[in-house]
Amino acid sequence: MDLVTPAIGLVFWTTLVFIILLVILRKVAWKPILTAVEEREANITNALRSAEMAKEEMLALKADNDRILREARIERDGILKDAREMKEAIMKEAREKSAEQSEKMLADAHEAIHNQKMAAITELKNQVATLSIEIAEKVLRKELESKEKQQSLVDSLLKEIGNN
Amino acid sequence: MGRKAISIFAFLTVFCLATPMMAQDEHADHSNDSTHSAVVDSHSEAHHASDASAHEEGEEEFNAAEVIMHHIADSHEFHAWGEGENGFTLPLPIILWTDAGLVTFLSSEFHHDDAAHHVVEKKSQRFVKYHDKIYYASETANEHGAYVSYDEEHHPTNIKPLDFSITKNVFSMLLSVVLILLIMIPAGSSYKKNGGIPKGVAGFIEPLVLFVRDDIARPNIGEERYKKFLPYLLTVFFFIWLNNLIGLVPVFPFSSNLTGNIAVTFTLAFMTLLITNFSANKGYWKHIFLPHVPLWLYPIMIPVEVIGILSKPFALMIRLFANISAGHIIILSLTALIFIFKSLWISPVSVFFVLFMNFIELLVAALQAYIFTLLSALFIGLAHVEEEHH
Repeated sequence: MDLVTPAIGLVFWTTLVFIILLVILRKVAWKPILTAVEEREANITNALRSAEMAKEEMLALKADNDRILREARIERDGILKDAREMKEAIMKEAREKSAEQSEKMLADAHEAIHNQKMAAITELKNQVATLSIEIAEKVLRKELESKEKQQSLVDSLLKEIGNN
Repeated sequence: MGRKAISIFAFLTVFCLATPMMAQDEHADHSNDSTHSAVVDSHSEAHHASDASAHEEGEEEFNAAEVIMHHIADSHEFHAWGEGENGFTLPLPIILWTDAGLVTFLSSEFHHDDAAHHVVEKKSQRFVKYHDKIYYASETANEHGAYVSYDEEHHPTNIKPLDFSITKNVFSMLLSVVLILLIMIPAGSSYKKNGGIPKGVAGFIEPLVLFVRDDIARPNIGEERYKKFLPYLLTVFFFIWLNNLIGLVPVFPFSSNLTGNIAVTFTLAFMTLLITNFSANKGYWKHIFLPHVPLWLYPIMIPVEVIGILSKPFALMIRLFANISAGHIIILSLTALIFIFKSLWISPVSVFFVLFMNFIELLVAALQAYIFTLLSALFIGLAHVEEEHH
């Protein structure tokens, strides 16, 4: 029966000692240990979350890069196309201009040739006229060397006028 | 780690058995009666305790039950080793609250008397110690020379003063507190030094703390409230565990049966009872006094529920007490075999079985601490009934 009868003294000391132990341990052991553990857990959670965030960020960055690359490619294609178009246009224009110019040059040449021809013709005409006059002079001089010949001409001319 | 523990245990077990065997030789002529045969016990106090009946028979038999019961009971002195003058017994302070106020003296003033033969006089009051209880002494000695009077069942009828002595168990408890603090203070302070990383003893303590938190407190009490009860649960866990282990070490200043003492388990269970009921919410009390049963069942249900409040911590008290006491009784019984058979040849059997039991007790020490903590957490959790469940 003694075995199962709690002794008042031991109950008293157990209560006292246990409560003191509880108070001391709470301050010196449980609080620092649990605080450290909780801090560590918070750190781990944060680290995991930031790693997750970094991963997401990287994915976003990658997507961004892809988008930029795609856009750049499109832009490049556009630029190339524009350049090609421009080249075509320039070439076409150049061709047109050159054709025009050559035509104009041709026309100018024609005109120049024509002018020169005309000038030559005129000169020739003048020369021929001069020559003709000179010849006529010479012929006339020859014809009218003698008095009779001069007379006969005047006669003929008078005759002609008289006929009219 | 495991191998080391095994070798330590093997050593302690052999030591435990060796001590009483050596005592056998020393003991042969230690007696105050001419007809005594060798009395063999590992605890010399039993010799004094058993004298009254043994004297009459004329021969002192080895009484295993008496030795064992003496060991698992509390004592006002702490016997370390040896017998009588050759031995060493740590005297412990006796603190009494008497009719004339506080009385204190050392247990050595009783001169190892445990049969009310020796009277100590303090503040004009006379005290005797009989079976490790302090009584006011009778005026005159009875026919056995004891200053007590008996009833029909041979129990003393003398009045007892309130006994607040530092007994063997209180001493052991204080020792355990010192050990716990020696372990926990470095563990707690190491975090600051190492920047929150568990190093040294903290590396051993932290997993246990986390075990109590994550496997005991959290699932049973719930995420929102568990933090409040964690200091109690942790303290109770380590207190019970360490004292269970101290009880398993067979040499002075350990070997006491603190957690196998009903007063200790009562106190711890009573604390759980208080915490459970003071932290209980409305739903819990409603569940007890306004259960969802037909009204005519109330006269049955309410008493049942009220008994339930008490029976839960009562089971806690009995479970720890019975488990630890039983472990001590078994180990002592196996050791006592040697003296019952009065043969050294039985010792290999004793050694083997005691060793075996010590391993089981090592497990039980941790298991009972775990169960006590777990059930405390469970009761605390159960006392918080969510209203919407009904």
